[in-house]
Amino acid sequence: MNIIVCLKQTFDTEEKVIIKEGQISEDGVKFIINPYDEYALEEAICIKEKYGGVVTVISIGPTRVESALRTALAMGADKAVLVDDERLFGDESTISKVLAAVIKQQEYDLILGGYMSVDNGAAQGGARLAEELDLPHIYAALKIDVNESQVVVERDVEGDIEVLESKLPIVITAQQGLNEPRYPSLPGIMKAKRKPIQHLTVEDLSLDMKQIKAKTNIKENILPPERQAGRVLQGELNDQVVELVQLLQGEVNPNG
Amino acid sequence: MVRHVVVFAETKQGSLRNVSFEVLEAAKRLNDGGLITAVLIGTQEQSQADLLAEYGAHEVVFVENKQLDTYTTDAYTQAFTSIIHEKNPDVILMPHTAMGKDFAPRAAARIGCGLITDCTNVEISDGNIVFTRPIYAGKAFQRRVVVRDQIFATIRPNNIPCSKVDHHESAKKIQKVLNLDEIRTTVREVIQKTTDGVDLSEAKIIVAGGRGVKSAEGFGPLKDLAQVIGAAVGASRGACDAEYCDYALQIGQTGKVVTPDLYIACGISGAIQHLAGMSNSKMIVAINKDPEAPIFDVADYGIVGDLFEVVPLLTEQFKQAMTD
Repeated sequence: MNIIVCLKQTFDTEEKVIIKEGQISEDGVKFIINPYDEYALEEAICIKEKYGGVVTVISIGPTRVESALRTALAMGADKAVLVDDERLFGDESTISKVLAAVIKQQEYDLILGGYMSVDNGAAQGGARLAEELDLPHIYAALKIDVNESQVVVERDVEGDIEVLESKLPIVITAQQGLNEPRYPSLPGIMKAKRKPIQHLTVEDLSLDMKQIKAKTNIKENILPPERQAGRVLQGELNDQVVELVQLLQGEVNPNG
Repeated sequence: MVRHVVVFAETKQGSLRNVSFEVLEAAKRLNDGGLITAVLIGTQEQSQADLLAEYGAHEVVFVENKQLDTYTTDAYTQAFTSIIHEKNPDVILMPHTAMGKDFAPRAAARIGCGLITDCTNVEISDGNIVFTRPIYAGKAFQRRVVVRDQIFATIRPNNIPCSKVDHHESAKKIQKVLNLDEIRTTVREVIQKTTDGVDLSEAKIIVAGGRGVKSAEGFGPLKDLAQVIGAAVGASRGACDAEYCDYALQIGQTGKVVTPDLYIACGISGAIQHLAGMSNSKMIVAINKDPEAPIFDVADYGIVGDLFEVVPLLTEQFKQAMTD
């Protein structure tokens, strides 16, 4: 089974966001594999361990993303592709078209990725990519069962679970709860050093540059107004509770 | 500039979701006298059109086919894009719900346009339509514009206050029976897990628990409070990782980002990744044993105390206040 995992490197979720000259500052930031992509990667490795095959991780981003790809290779992916050509960066439309062009050069039965990234949070990648490749997609998977060419997926629908059936090849995006990603083992880290990371540029891909132009622009990045600490209530606990209920009267409407 | 706006009006169990009216509100900000078309997919009550008209829709398209009575990505993408191709509007708006998140990007790719998802605000600024959306789960915001092709955006529930229009005519109803191509996914079953609760993303009030609830049973008092005040129950990553509750309840940068009117945090310390998911709530109340917990830095009101003592008292007090 040939499995492709689309992966993005993001800020660690414990990082604060600082805006410098209108841009999100990356100074001193710790980067991680987008947690949702990590679930996708773990799932890919589990499926490979069960049925055999090759796991290829693909990312678009600056050269720093190599470290995320190395981690993925150390966890058990076999090879990696990085598109680190700035001419191919853009909005969600651009990224999905570039990804599709990369994937068309690969063998694939199953394409996995996170359902969203914890930075941009647009949650467009999977569905757009599937459309570009003319494949079905399943969004926010909590359980994936592959049996030959058939897949049965449980997906999260606002807390309920929908059980879906489909066929390979397909794009499936991972929701939290799909699995518990492993840590890279020491031998895994050693092996990863010898696994290939292929770098691609615009010249390596067959793309219509007009087609991949971003259709949206970021006008500005802003920080939300800082929240002021309010008041910690004082006095006997019973009195505090009575006071709190009075303070919340406007928010809690007895009629629902 | 007069703009024709097409909105997807989402229903749940036969009723229009509130976010559908919020999406219509966004449409009213942008149409500038232009036509607002609402699209209802699947078998729907004709009376929905009247309700949609009250919130600003001029015409309502009912797209019907038996296969549209169960949501599938392929069927809904086909249904919605066929209307878009026919109407060729200037602006397309949808709710940022499970459905919207699933098929809006697919529809955008098929139409060949950009898409700005999860918008919390939309305005016209210097003649441009500017969408505001959170990034890093609300640690920052992005103001974004569409620079080419159609304008397409999804609107996050609970952020754009909706209102009925003063004078309106009844909406023109258009029936469309659609032939569908192959649907590549089959729904085997839906396992309802949230029948007793309110959906987190649309909840006006959320009671959330953290590591301080100590066990799955520890959520009991929180659920009691939630029931009394009509709230949804949420959780921090700590509580989910400790398996006190399902990941579906997780609020934070991983998990759900919520903006209710009132957020009651019980036994939640307030890690950055949790604050990202809830600190844009309108009012925050924190209950925590530790007076130094960072959650107090973002809370409007705080009670320092054991949640197992405070929460039941609070529930009783609300009960009393409501019967008074």
